[in-house]
Amino acid sequence: MTATVTSRLSGVSGSAFNLRSFLHGLPGVDKVGVEARAAALGTRSVKTTAKAAAIDLAIRMVDLTTLEGADTPGKVRALSAKGVRPDPADPTCPHVAAICVYPAMVPVAAEALAGSGVHLASVATAFPSGQAPLEVKLADTRDAVAAGADEIDMVISRGAFLSGRYDFVYDEIVAVKQACGSAHLKVILETGELGTYDNVRRASWLAMLAGADFIKTSTGKVPVAATLPVTLVMLEAVRDFRAQTGRQVGVKPAGGIRTTKDAIKYLVLINETVGEDWLDPDWFRFGASSLLNDLLMQRTKLTTGHYAGPDYFTLD
Amino acid sequence: MSLFEYAPAPESRSVVDIAPSYGLFIDGEFVPAAASGGVFKTVNPASEEVLAEIAEAGAEDVDRAVAAARRAFGPWSALPGAERAKYLFRIARIIQERARELAVLESLDNGKPIKESRDVDVPLAAAHFFYYAGWADKLEYAGFGPRPRALGVAAQVIPWNFPLLMLAWKIAPALAAGNTVVLKPAETTPLSALFFADICRQADLPPGVVNIVTGAGETGRALVEHAGVDKVAFTGSTEVGRQIARSVAGTRKRLTLELGGKAANIVFDDAPIDQAVEGIVNGIFFNQGHVCCAGSRLLVQESAYDEVLTALKRRMATLRVGDPLDKNTDVGAINSAAQLARIRELSDVGAAEGAERWSPPCELPAQGYWFAPTIFTGVTQAHRIAREEIFGPVLSVLTFRTPDEAIEKANNTPYGLSAGIWSEKGSLILAVADKLRAGVVWANTFNKFDPTSPFGGYKESGYGREGGRHGLEAYLA
Amino acid sequence: MPESLSPAKAAARGGRLAVRKTYKLYIGGAFPRSESGRTYLVDGDNVALASRKDARDAVVAARKAQPKWAGATAYNRGQVLYRIAEMVEARRAEFIALGVPAAELDAAVDRWVWYAGWSDKIAQVHGGANPVAGPFFNISAPEPTGVVGVVAPDSFLGLVSVIAPAIVTGNTVVVLAAAPQVAVTLAEVLATSDVPGGVVNILTGHAAETAPWLASHDDVNALDLTGLADQDLATELERAAAGSLKRVVRPPADTPDFTADPGLGPMTALLETKTVWHPKGF
Repeated sequence: MTATVTSRLSGVSGSAFNLRSFLHGLPGVDKVGVEARAAALGTRSVKTTAKAAAIDLAIRMVDLTTLEGADTPGKVRALSAKGVRPDPADPTCPHVAAICVYPAMVPVAAEALAGSGVHLASVATAFPSGQAPLEVKLADTRDAVAAGADEIDMVISRGAFLSGRYDFVYDEIVAVKQACGSAHLKVILETGELGTYDNVRRASWLAMLAGADFIKTSTGKVPVAATLPVTLVMLEAVRDFRAQTGRQVGVKPAGGIRTTKDAIKYLVLINETVGEDWLDPDWFRFGASSLLNDLLMQRTKLTTGHYAGPDYFTLD
Repeated sequence: MSLFEYAPAPESRSVVDIAPSYGLFIDGEFVPAAASGGVFKTVNPASEEVLAEIAEAGAEDVDRAVAAARRAFGPWSALPGAERAKYLFRIARIIQERARELAVLESLDNGKPIKESRDVDVPLAAAHFFYYAGWADKLEYAGFGPRPRALGVAAQVIPWNFPLLMLAWKIAPALAAGNTVVLKPAETTPLSALFFADICRQADLPPGVVNIVTGAGETGRALVEHAGVDKVAFTGSTEVGRQIARSVAGTRKRLTLELGGKAANIVFDDAPIDQAVEGIVNGIFFNQGHVCCAGSRLLVQESAYDEVLTALKRRMATLRVGDPLDKNTDVGAINSAAQLARIRELSDVGAAEGAERWSPPCELPAQGYWFAPTIFTGVTQAHRIAREEIFGPVLSVLTFRTPDEAIEKANNTPYGLSAGIWSEKGSLILAVADKLRAGVVWANTFNKFDPTSPFGGYKESGYGREGGRHGLEAYLA
Repeated sequence: MPESLSPAKAAARGGRLAVRKTYKLYIGGAFPRSESGRTYLVDGDNVALASRKDARDAVVAARKAQPKWAGATAYNRGQVLYRIAEMVEARRAEFIALGVPAAELDAAVDRWVWYAGWSDKIAQVHGGANPVAGPFFNISAPEPTGVVGVVAPDSFLGLVSVIAPAIVTGNTVVVLAAAPQVAVTLAEVLATSDVPGGVVNILTGHAAETAPWLASHDDVNALDLTGLADQDLATELERAAAGSLKRVVRPPADTPDFTADPGLGPMTALLETKTVWHPKGF
């Protein structure tokens, strides 16, 4: 079953024409409908025990991220420590999924995270614009992997995608995937630059066809980052892709997710769109930095019964 | 057991204070029913708990209410439109301020999920008063002649599926146009109308402008047949609509009817499938399917059948059926034992006629009236479940091959209230919308309502429009 | 023509034996006799006496013609109505000979012209965009209700004043005529005015006999009782019409003045409003 379906889809990337026909033949996305659905799921009320479980799950899904020109080894070490032990006062608090840094910071993070079980992700491929020759992107990727990154967050060439050169984008992803070796590949679609939900769905399929292990919304470097409806469209894509091919792909919204309330909305979205198979750090991540402290603050509120303040959590 | 169970999230009942008993609201006062009247109980359909005892208005009470409305009519219709408008704006504001209380009350009395009463019924009711308030001083611009006049006393009978919202649809345009009203809410859902009576008092609305008489069919009959009313507006079943149309024959009473439906929701193979599935679910499971314009006949193009049915079943499995006051409930309780019996009967007929029945696994509460979301596949136009209005969470699935066949099947019913079309092709949508004999056509959406948007049926779904400029016509001469 | 003689009778003057007109029904664009074979005498002419089966046939013809007539462009329907005005004008002498006062005939021609102009304007006046509170395109437009049974008034202007507002918007009609010779002459006008067969069907005879069959017919969408003087019969018909929830235009409370501006009422009474929603977004 899976084999025949896969072989049926394998012809899709056989030519630029096939790829274009396939992507343009995907069902359309109605903006008003998808936004209404995401908003409706956003009104789910998750309280008490369900909330406590959701917070711990969300912490385990965080890709704790710093992607600044001002990053230093000290900053990255501090962040890594925080990722490994988010709440020093509470040993029952789980660690985050990964630390996400620029390639130059990978060696520092690798040392800080050794043996912790926290993954090390690095953005590569001329992040965030992706405007570099392929060779540079591949070298960027290989360097990061060699330095210890076990997850690579690449960006697609949005210019090529928007001008309809789907085969170019496809080939690039395939090449980067190869350069990753055993490292997991997250493909950043930069949905805020794609303009339409139809494009989000097409880019999702394009990335999955090319071998992405994860599809990710955003770099966090453009004004519009992750949103619930965009993530909903991507979840529908991974769901449909698995139904067609048998291969499961993860989803990572990134940028703009700052509160526990936001994070729980995403978990509800997973729960009611793709189900519990994706309710796991192996298949869903939050690309975030300030989210973690809000999760910790809410976690403490549930444990102690009163509200805490920012001074009671580490700022790293 | 899911990894992520939502804990119970019940809305608090404490925001609403229901009295043990209620009288009739006549001439600005709550009064007991006269000797000819009686008493009935209204129950919470989710628990079968009695919520309150309600006075049942007899002929004498209806007489008093109509007389009060008649006395109030002169001064009310003579009031400058701008002044009438201010009363309506006040009412709209009070509904907004008391929104949470009204939402809980509506869910208790009707059984609908709190998220629907909170996000749909109550806000839309307030919006209707805002909309028609603005018309009160602009009637001469409404296109019904240079000097439009109010009709007089309006007799209004409303159903139990959207008690407060249907009240707003009836009372707001009537009052804006200068009429006074006697309104009878349904016997299973009288409470929000009685709370509305209190809102009228809070707004200092002159006595007699709005009168509420509670009771069942006999009370309604006495009201619409009363010689002192000038206008009858009814929302409910086609059968009762027919009786009312007969009863007003030969009188000068004006009549508008908003009756049943058996809407086709047509899904073409180029539809935005995920949103179409949402539309199908919203079309038939919104408000437990107690919706006259529900998309109760799903017409799927054969080339998309498997894809749509798989997605629909997957989506239905996520519907949360249960406590209407839980904020996460999607499908609440069936409004009454009688309605539940009818849904069961027609569903059994569907199964007996050979259609294939499917419901997602779902645990129904032991107390109260419940029916699991259900679809029937293999249905043809000859099945009773494809022709008769079930008024419950039961969807009949039919197929078609071409647009012509879809249109033919969609129109092949005595009803004509609403229809849905799902396709990404604009020219197809516009051509099909043109040919559907239905008063409301939702393309790539479903069950959308707005005070500015006229609503009402073709054929046996009734006549007249509610909402928008068109909605004023029923209350002006 | 100095005297009020029918053209046929006038022609007989010259010593030539006149060729008389046979007054038949008008159904589906043809002029059949009553299927019952019955006639009745009106001013010396044998006029077809329509039966319930003629009414049934007329409804079938009207239903068959309705979708295409409603589907014609409004511009086209307007031109057809204007053509009717031209043809009535051309048969002026014949109508006057049948006793239609000249002023009434002028008014009737003008009414056809007035309604001809409404064909492509009523949708703009009676419909429009609705500013709903959400990202939706939302528009309401009038549509014809379908097949309309009409009990016509006895004056020519009255007859025109019930047929024109019904058909200009795309309805088709079955008319129970009160003044048979004038009505059949109008049918001859319609038959030569590019009005598709079945759009207007005219039955002569007794409304009391045929109207109940229209009132109870499930495939009739509306009933216009403007021409009915008998209040008891009107009540009975309205009651029967409730069976399939027909739209009913009741007889006027007072004697109608057809020379007055009819307003939009005669058209809107036979229109449905269809509201279409579509999301906006990308």
